[in-house]
Amino acid sequence: MTKVIKVENLSKAYQLGDFGTGTISRDLERYWARIRGKEDPFLKIGELNDRTQKGTSDIVWSLRDLNFEVERGDAVGIIGRNGAGKSTLLKILSRVTSPTVGTVKIKGRVASLLEVGTGFHPELTGRENIYLNGAILGMRKAEIKRKFDEIVDFAGVDRYIDTPVKRYSSGMYVRLAFAVAANLEAEILVVDEVLAVGDAEFQKKCLGKMGDVSKGEGKTVLFVSHNMGSVRQLCDKGILLTNGQIAFTGNTEAAIKNYMNSSLDPKSGIVAIGPMADTIKIKSVTVNGSPLDVAITPKDEINFCIKYQCLKYLPGFRISLVIFKDGVRVLTVQDLEESTAIEPGYYRSDIKLQSYFLRPGTYSVAVGGHNTNHTNFSLGNVEWFFVTDISSFEVLEEWSKVYDFNNLGIINLPNTSGVRTAIGSDD
Amino acid sequence: MDRPEEEIWDIEISPRNNLLDLKLKDVWHYRDLLVLLVRRDFVAFYKQTVLGPLWFFLQPLATIILFNFVFANIAKIPTGSIPPPVFYLAGTIIWNYFSDCLTKTSTVFKDNSAMLGKVYFPRLIMPLSIVLSNLIRFGVQFMLFLLLMVIYGIKGYPIHPNFYLLLFPVLIVLIAALGLGLGMMISAVTTKYRDLTFVVSFAVPLLMYTTTVIYPLSVAQSKYPKYSWLIKYNPITVVIETFRKGFLGEGSFNWELLGFAAGATIIIVIIGTIIFNRVEKNFVDTV
Repeated sequence: MTKVIKVENLSKAYQLGDFGTGTISRDLERYWARIRGKEDPFLKIGELNDRTQKGTSDIVWSLRDLNFEVERGDAVGIIGRNGAGKSTLLKILSRVTSPTVGTVKIKGRVASLLEVGTGFHPELTGRENIYLNGAILGMRKAEIKRKFDEIVDFAGVDRYIDTPVKRYSSGMYVRLAFAVAANLEAEILVVDEVLAVGDAEFQKKCLGKMGDVSKGEGKTVLFVSHNMGSVRQLCDKGILLTNGQIAFTGNTEAAIKNYMNSSLDPKSGIVAIGPMADTIKIKSVTVNGSPLDVAITPKDEINFCIKYQCLKYLPGFRISLVIFKDGVRVLTVQDLEESTAIEPGYYRSDIKLQSYFLRPGTYSVAVGGHNTNHTNFSLGNVEWFFVTDISSFEVLEEWSKVYDFNNLGIINLPNTSGVRTAIGSDD
Repeated sequence: MDRPEEEIWDIEISPRNNLLDLKLKDVWHYRDLLVLLVRRDFVAFYKQTVLGPLWFFLQPLATIILFNFVFANIAKIPTGSIPPPVFYLAGTIIWNYFSDCLTKTSTVFKDNSAMLGKVYFPRLIMPLSIVLSNLIRFGVQFMLFLLLMVIYGIKGYPIHPNFYLLLFPVLIVLIAALGLGLGMMISAVTTKYRDLTFVVSFAVPLLMYTTTVIYPLSVAQSKYPKYSWLIKYNPITVVIETFRKGFLGEGSFNWELLGFAAGATIIIVIIGTIIFNRVEKNFVDTV
């Protein structure tokens, strides 16, 4: 196998905080150090990018000493928590920004889909935008012309091709944009989570197309996603990034497993807060049996299983499970109806949500708990702990009643309906 | 060339690049993009307008009417034997071309950060497309100038085109290069420090009065013999005066000045390019 990407000692530093008064003197200082051939004084004090710790320096290493190689035909999934450096790595690979230290060597043409529809102009028609977007991605005009029908066909916007894209629905817009990128002729495809858009059918189509590209045409794919399902389906190798460093490389399954195990590691950025943070240790949280990014069909029940250790006797304790969608607290449920005493030891709490209750979308899970010492309940005498973003799951768009607008709203109330009566006149 | 196949790489991404390397090979590969961007600017300009491309004419027309009113009639600034509207239009279209190139290029990273931050193409394409789309605009306005010239010529005003108008292409290249070069220098600073954007927005219109858009160089020289060299050695003045000399037959021209302007422009473009090349690699992080 030939190597097509070789990454050596790759590091990237970012400056935190605001640019403004004061930064110019520092810039001059750095510039002065550089012309004297000295090391940048501000890079020496850089720290690892752990967003949960309040650092002492303004410089963080978003990527630190990355070394890896990719061979032709590999489909590599890059996984890691938010802020692990995935997007920075893709940005460097697609030459949008350059590294602070180290080199990347690449063989062949790189097509990067960090975003679909880059450079689309709302006033121009679909046809004009295909040419423009294709050219931005590095296609020659003749090449676009040759692929034009295929692109329009893939996007399914034949009828609107001479309409300005500002009149398109957002779905059509995205489909057209992806279609251009997907038909790009390149040896290496760098894909960020562009598949998070479009409906389920189109997402499948995109995944299928990318699968064809890597398996059928022998091209190399680098894929960043939070959706473990897609990574599993598409990739044969995985790179796990933690705080800008490579934590694991190997086959996809092992990488995903590592990722999931690491999610409860204190180093992964998850921290419990509250006065009881050291009394109750959450050991694992699973949704339908797996810890992260589970895909759930609406007709399944959702079973949450929380395993934890209690370190001291608590007179009145119960676990709360909180579900968020896009930052909105959707609901809070408890494992027990009333708080009860708990002895030190290991426990598991099971909480179940009925099927067809949550509408399609991505949800994140937080776990908390409280201990009430007194019978009169008030916030002042409650001890608590809370862990956000501990797990996540996705409800798929496989809704049974197509006539129900399944993507409107967050929760679905089964068997709820009203009554319609003819009342004759409007009084 | 005896290196094994393993060691031959098409792209090497490293922290620094050669400052004078313009990646012209890359730019050439992306030439279709350049054309499409120019087209996009042009089409998007008059989409959903009633008058469409007519707006290209209306702007300079309104300007010269106002200039005629204020500077020729109220302030009574002489324009030599050339009728004031033609005189102003000659200066205005050249000045506009320069200032459009300059202001647009100076904010090129900021204005296009969404696009430049997501996909790679030779960054030089962006300022080049600015220069070219403004050239089309200049071309349209130049037609207006020719029309006005012919009208006044038929009416019997002393308008004498001569051999100097063969310098026209050189003048266009000079003015475009000046706008591009200065714009690229400023663009480097504005990505991180926005201060200069404000300076540009008020200084460029003021700068117009230091060139000979509304007065001939000869008038400035007779009124301010000590300081008129500031105006005289302004490369834009040189271009405007040469343009007037060639098309209208009246203007201060000499080869030394033109040579000086060309030299200054070349230096500005080289410095601008070096700065631009330095900034383009990492501007995404600071813009």
